[in-house]
Amino acid sequence: MSFIGSIENVGVYALLMRRVLSVPDRMREFMKEFIKGVYLLGVNSIWIVVIISFFIGAVIVMQIALNVDSPMLPRFTVGVVSREIILLEFSSTIMCLILSGKVGSNIASEIGTMRITGQVDVLDIMGVNSANYLILPKVAAFVAFMPVLVIFSMFMGLFGGYIICLVLGTPSVETYIYGIQAFFRESFIWYSIFKSMLFGFIIASVAGYFGYTVKGGALDVGKASTDSVVINSILILVTDLVFTQLVMG
Amino acid sequence: MIEVKHLNKEFDGDKVLNDINARFEKGLVNMIIGKSGSGKTVLLKCIVGLLTPTSGDILYDGRNFLSLKTRELRRLRRDIGMLFQGSALFDSRTVLENVMFPLDMFSRKNNRERRKRAEFCLERVGLSEAADLYPSEISGGMMKRAAIARAISLNPKYLFCDEPNSGLDPKTAQLIDELIEDLTKDFMMTTIVVSHDMNSVINIGDRVVFINEGVKEWEGTKSDIMGADNEKLNDFVFASDLFKKIKEAEEIISEDNKKG
Repeated sequence: MSFIGSIENVGVYALLMRRVLSVPDRMREFMKEFIKGVYLLGVNSIWIVVIISFFIGAVIVMQIALNVDSPMLPRFTVGVVSREIILLEFSSTIMCLILSGKVGSNIASEIGTMRITGQVDVLDIMGVNSANYLILPKVAAFVAFMPVLVIFSMFMGLFGGYIICLVLGTPSVETYIYGIQAFFRESFIWYSIFKSMLFGFIIASVAGYFGYTVKGGALDVGKASTDSVVINSILILVTDLVFTQLVMG
Repeated sequence: MIEVKHLNKEFDGDKVLNDINARFEKGLVNMIIGKSGSGKTVLLKCIVGLLTPTSGDILYDGRNFLSLKTRELRRLRRDIGMLFQGSALFDSRTVLENVMFPLDMFSRKNNRERRKRAEFCLERVGLSEAADLYPSEISGGMMKRAAIARAISLNPKYLFCDEPNSGLDPKTAQLIDELIEDLTKDFMMTTIVVSHDMNSVINIGDRVVFINEGVKEWEGTKSDIMGADNEKLNDFVFASDLFKKIKEAEEIISEDNKKG
């Protein structure tokens, strides 16, 4: 992708977002699509969030317990550090990187297939704002459901650590629970939720852009789907860096 | 009535349509014919607004489509129904939901009335039994009929059909042709059909526009085609064995009449 091409894509994305972020033609139809989006993009993602968060949470606690082993540090440090990693970065950033693969490719391929089979043209000919009708409910549904996924992820990550402490016994369950409660700042949870909602917007809107602007056939839909995951991953990491510096720095 | 005046369309400097002028009359099936790649689908896409012409005017009952304001354009679009080559039904909706979609978006009627209208449209195209099936569960011909039902659900003034018979067996193709013709006459629509199927032209074409390499070569009624002295039109029309035989038969009859 050339530099000029990238700039052009940003411009096309901005123009598309202007059409997407407008008042829906029919609120009743928007709500139908919104509810469908909540189920397909959000509820259907809970299982992957639960499984990944549980195992990664367990591994984080295991790694910290094995590697942060100094007489200078109290044992409950394992709980404190694991909690901060899970709350601040894992449940929002890493989880969104994973979801960009599942949700992003789903949105890009669905809208892309509609584009190449003429279904988007049908909407345009009818006088429906196709960008708004197809992309906005998905963006809104994913952003709205993101806090639920993040809370699931936080809980399951910490629960994974708890199970590891229960099985391995180092640190003990009591020390771990003391650790995850020590020096707790509620603002970290809000920070994580807000950040993940921002990532949710990026994932759904960028995937919508790639799907909506597909030209060609089935191969191009596949390419758009892959491109959306790659670009989303880069954008999430860059946004995370900037956001962290702005809010925490 | 739809008028096209001095329409030009270029893609990256390549002229695809060159100064097209044509009139498409109300209550008639107006056909645009031509070889593959001649520019007929591009012309249709310009007329319905899926492509913006490089220059020229498109008039819908005197209103210039290209200079309408957004609100007027959206209002006009509700008077347009279109049948795509691949039907373009929404995969995630049943046949009935597909037909109801334009009504759900634009009709002020309540759900019961919208449903009744959609069922009427399905009945009109003979597809009532497939109302609850998904597009993937029905045949190509049924998909075309469902797409026609969706196109007419808002009672449009203008109906556009892009290769309505592609991929269909001759019997089903004839059914679709007859349906388009009946609906055009019943609802007094301005219908434009893009096709390269000469059987369709003979079956339902009231007026015919022949496009070749982006240029309008000929315009007339279907009965004029046989006697047309346009070489390119004759090349296109008589490429079909059926039409060669019809032409030969007409010549024999005409000679017999002269003798007799």
